[in-house]
Amino acid sequence: MNTPSLGISLEPRSRVEQGFSARVLRFLHLDGWLLAGIGGVLIVSMLALYSAEGQQLDDLFDQVARMLAAFVALLFMAQISPAWLRRASPLVYALGLVLLILVLVTGDIGKGAQRWLDVGIRFQPSEIMKLGVPMTMCWLLHERPLPPSFGILVLVALVIFLPAAMIGIQPDLGTAILIILSGAVVIFLAGLGWRYIAGIAALAGAAMPALWLVMHDYQRKRVLTLLDPESDPLGAGYHIIQSKIAIGSGGIFGKGWLNGTQGQLEFLPERHTDFIFAVIGEEFGLLGTLALLLLYLFIVGRGLYIAAAAPDTFSRLLAGGLSITFFFYVFVNTAMVMGMIPVVGVPLPLVSAGGTSMVTLMAGFGILMSIQTHRKLVAR
Amino acid sequence: MARTLRIKDHWREQQLFTGRLIVSIVIVLGLTGLVIGRLVQLQVHQYEYFSAQSSGNRIRVQPIPPIRGLILDRNGKVLAENTPSYQLEMTREQVPDMADTLRRLVASGIVQEADLPELKELLASRRSFDTVVVAERLTDEELAAFAVQRPHFPGLEIRARLGRSYPYGTAAAHVLGYVGGISADDKKVLDPVEYAGTTHVGKISVERSFEAELHGTSGHEDVVVNAHGRKMQMLNRVRSLPGRDVILTIDMNAQLAADAALRGRRGAAVAIDPRNGEVLAFVSTPAFDPNAISAGLSRRAYLALQEDIDKPLFNRALRGQYPPGSTIKPMVALAALHYGVTSPERRVGCGGAFSLPGSSHRYRDWKPEGHGSINLYSAIEQSCDVYFYTVARDLGIERMGGFLTTFGLGHVTGLDIGGEQAGLVPSPAWKRKAFRRPADQVWFPGETVIAGIGQGYLLVTPLQLAHATATVAARGQRFQPTLLRGSRNSATGTIEYEAPKPLPPVPEQDAARWDAIIEGMHGVMHGPRGTARAVGLNAPFQMAGKSGTAQVFTVAQNQKYNAKDVEERRRDHALFVAFAPLDAPRIAVAVVIENGESGSKAAAPIARAVMEAYLQGTTLTASTGTPAS
Repeated sequence: MNTPSLGISLEPRSRVEQGFSARVLRFLHLDGWLLAGIGGVLIVSMLALYSAEGQQLDDLFDQVARMLAAFVALLFMAQISPAWLRRASPLVYALGLVLLILVLVTGDIGKGAQRWLDVGIRFQPSEIMKLGVPMTMCWLLHERPLPPSFGILVLVALVIFLPAAMIGIQPDLGTAILIILSGAVVIFLAGLGWRYIAGIAALAGAAMPALWLVMHDYQRKRVLTLLDPESDPLGAGYHIIQSKIAIGSGGIFGKGWLNGTQGQLEFLPERHTDFIFAVIGEEFGLLGTLALLLLYLFIVGRGLYIAAAAPDTFSRLLAGGLSITFFFYVFVNTAMVMGMIPVVGVPLPLVSAGGTSMVTLMAGFGILMSIQTHRKLVAR
Repeated sequence: MARTLRIKDHWREQQLFTGRLIVSIVIVLGLTGLVIGRLVQLQVHQYEYFSAQSSGNRIRVQPIPPIRGLILDRNGKVLAENTPSYQLEMTREQVPDMADTLRRLVASGIVQEADLPELKELLASRRSFDTVVVAERLTDEELAAFAVQRPHFPGLEIRARLGRSYPYGTAAAHVLGYVGGISADDKKVLDPVEYAGTTHVGKISVERSFEAELHGTSGHEDVVVNAHGRKMQMLNRVRSLPGRDVILTIDMNAQLAADAALRGRRGAAVAIDPRNGEVLAFVSTPAFDPNAISAGLSRRAYLALQEDIDKPLFNRALRGQYPPGSTIKPMVALAALHYGVTSPERRVGCGGAFSLPGSSHRYRDWKPEGHGSINLYSAIEQSCDVYFYTVARDLGIERMGGFLTTFGLGHVTGLDIGGEQAGLVPSPAWKRKAFRRPADQVWFPGETVIAGIGQGYLLVTPLQLAHATATVAARGQRFQPTLLRGSRNSATGTIEYEAPKPLPPVPEQDAARWDAIIEGMHGVMHGPRGTARAVGLNAPFQMAGKSGTAQVFTVAQNQKYNAKDVEERRRDHALFVAFAPLDAPRIAVAVVIENGESGSKAAAPIARAVMEAYLQGTTLTASTGTPAS
């Protein structure tokens, strides 16, 4: 009865045909396609990190350990059924808000911004909100008819902008924008009227000058640098110039693994974190970057399929929202590294070194898998 | 009505969601297209540009300076070489405890307490992996002291650098010159590529004039550097080619003899081989220590040199201009013979003074009682002034001056090292140009008279005087004086010799006339009444010479000249020219001693010493063609 309108025949083969691995996946509530895509990206990540971190195995092992921890988060989230997740959503959101307040009051300062909370392990509460905001929005929209009414829209806007504002003043403009973006994706999927969309776009355009006024100096500099990186080749423009040189000099076939001079000789800053895409572009060339983009598109595509096949509004919106938001992470990072948008501190998802964002992303994929695998149980 | 419409309609919502999903997919693909487009733009269309940028980032070209060529004398003695000087260098990142290391360096006496702040500043201004010179020119004692303690000084290294050194010190200073740091003025004329790694350049004399031969060809090393400039890998190395060794015409035997004889005096001695113009000795005293100047003098030490009253930096041999005095007489005599004004047999009565008709001015002879009736030979031998007053008057200034000019006087000889002064052979035309007041522009007959004994306006440099004497020795054959015998490829040892450069000869073909004046000069050295016969005694070879005494200021009429009353610096300059052996001259010498008073007493022994050193030194080393290595 809940036949997906995208009636593509990707239904699992009948259970009789399933082999051992398929049964393990089913037992663990994992989605094989998604897992394969993620695995592919993680392999690229390990190759790139080994090169970018000066071929230090220790650093690579650290990141592999983080990958494993993130996989545990994925496994955990995959076991929670969408119904439970829906009920827990407001709690996650509330927890996130409390932690954000704590950060503003007591947080550690890392690189000039208050983002970190030290509770045994250092982590950024803003990461919780990357999941908490879309989950809570989906929870709000689940029982209500779509497209959402104006009242719901106001409520939803509040859900988005309260944490976004708190993150923005840390200041962590990149994450704030991504959270707003994740909320926007959900509300768009929920069927927000085109008039609203046009109105918001117009409003955003008009707000640009105002935004300029409230931006920090370094943020303004980033925007200016984007327009003319050569104006400050050793300062703010250095990152963009060097990463463009790295990617451009990679050519079609790349300089070869571990042979990227920009990365190996340390001309490229932040090469194991935000600018790792430049390392890949330099060493693996256009073929490498296209392959990575295809892997990402495959993951996004599988996520959107899961969304299309999801049985209820919450699952559908959340799966779609998380998938498209994931794509935006990819887009914002690659566009930033190639000098298409200002430098915002957004890592390349699943590839950049770092634990927190990895855990969040994998937890998100756990939710997607939960939606996919629990649907079948329900359907049966 | 609105209420009824707000009921959840699953089918419609599903449709709505599917529609939005499709729009999202379009957006995703669109943005992916943008990213791919940008990738293609960077990695395909602008690949060449970024590839070049990337290479420029990582590859740095480091110049390798060539090793400067040696300077040798004609017998292969090394006059300028490159010797290692040791310096202590520190690499900051390898020093575990900087404060402690510096403290111990001061304690060991290698670094002065007073230099510490400057050193610390220097260390802080360099990158941690750069080497910084902590102490320069270490003495053997310091070197030994440090070598013992070296294990206790991690991060410190003794490094040898090549410095220029001149084994003979001041003895050849004015001919060799020195090297110094490349100045802004030097940069204007030097090839920036060839000199990219070079720190020192020849400043004056031979070091400057033969810079092109001595410098060599710069090499370079292409290295991969990282973002911090640290050298990571070497890609390519083009070795530098050492400069050519310059072989001078100087004979160190003669040079050292001249230097030793002139030491403690202000003066110059130049010796030239009459057969080819090769300069055998070229000395100006006092001189400076080229080792000290090349190593870098303090500003104060340099000022002290510059302000020294004896002017040690002044190259008297090249730039000192003196009245030639009686050394000019053989040439004046030849001019008189040439123009038929006199003959070897003609006798002139010398009563101790000479007067022009219609003038009461008495031109005195150096011998107040006079030489009596005297012929040309005796006039040269005894340096009779009245004889030469007479022939000068008969010649006239135009003919006399013109003839002297053919010996190379009055214009630069063209020696390879720059800065030469031209001296002066006066003429009425010159006087009209040189003076502003009309009364001064007139040429007086008396000026012709005193020019005949080398006084008045006539000026020569020691180099010109040596060249003119060599020309006399060669009986009119002239060669451009040169310091360059040849140059040697330091790798292969192949020598390229320079050919003598003949100049227009003196226009006098009659051997008898040359014999007449040379006989006179022989008489000066060996004749019974020769002015320098004391110097000619017991000589192993026959010499020809002529003394000269040049007045520094004019003594007033009827006033007795008393050397003791005159301050030392106002005494007459002593000059002497000579050549030997008489039959086949191989060396001609000119010596000038400022305020030396008597040419035959002060300057003549020096001339003999130089000739003896050269002629006996060269007979000892049979082969002069191949320098000893």
